[in-house]
Amino acid sequence: MSNVTAHETTIEAPADLPTITIVREFDASVEKLFRAWTELELVVQWIGPRSIQTRIDHWDVRTGGSWRYVGLRDGEEVARFFGSFHEIRPNQRLVQTFTYEGFPDGVSLEMLTFEALPGGRSRASIVSVVDSLAGRDAILASGMDVGVREGYEKLDKLLTTT
Amino acid sequence: MVTDRLSRAFAALADPIRRDIVARLAVDDASVGELAAVYPVSVQAVSRHLKVLESAGLVSRGGDSYRRPCHLEAEVFDLMTKWIERYRREAEQRFQRLDAVLAAMDHDDQQRQSRRKRGAAS
Repeated sequence: MSNVTAHETTIEAPADLPTITIVREFDASVEKLFRAWTELELVVQWIGPRSIQTRIDHWDVRTGGSWRYVGLRDGEEVARFFGSFHEIRPNQRLVQTFTYEGFPDGVSLEMLTFEALPGGRSRASIVSVVDSLAGRDAILASGMDVGVREGYEKLDKLLTTT
Repeated sequence: MVTDRLSRAFAALADPIRRDIVARLAVDDASVGELAAVYPVSVQAVSRHLKVLESAGLVSRGGDSYRRPCHLEAEVFDLMTKWIERYRREAEQRFQRLDAVLAAMDHDDQQRQSRRKRGAAS
């Protein structure tokens, strides 16, 4: 755990493309990483924001399969998400769609690439694509954390003073 | 409403010409006339784009004059940089939980093995 900062997540959100690219390296083999990303009982342990518990209602990991999960805070449903598994290529590639039910017209296409690195390590690269820059920016600005509301409040103040 | 202001900022940036105006103003202030010379649209059209950027709080103007400089409100963009950083941090927190899941998988594997195979790659 002491070397966690050595491979912090990098993010790219280009000004001219409606994409978000996230890259992260892990101290585990690509086979393990793929399992942790696809096996229900492992996924449920890390997916979703910190203050939210996740209940996976449907998880059919195969090319042409689908998924659905619910975010819970103190046992209350606070958000629902669903999507399709477009392609599952073990230890290499996972392509899926992602929709937040609170914004049903929004859908992102998520392309995950898994790579083996020397020393039994691995890298995950996630490219998310949506249909507009405004939609992409809204995703960046949204979330279920308190920080988001604080950000909105700051922006509000900034915009009222300009 | 807060989200209305936020939507206005995003909507203002959804237009390619307005994004380009913002990119130019990030380099230096420019007048409506100077900006209009760059685009294959009328001065009035550029002026309308600037009004949208202004009402979204992204750009300020010294006045209505043709020659008055338009100025980018860089603070708003600092805030967007912060949003991206927060999004990154949230992803990082998620991946730190994944680190713990991966470490626990290693532990389970070791427990399953009755004896240690030294030097063997997993």
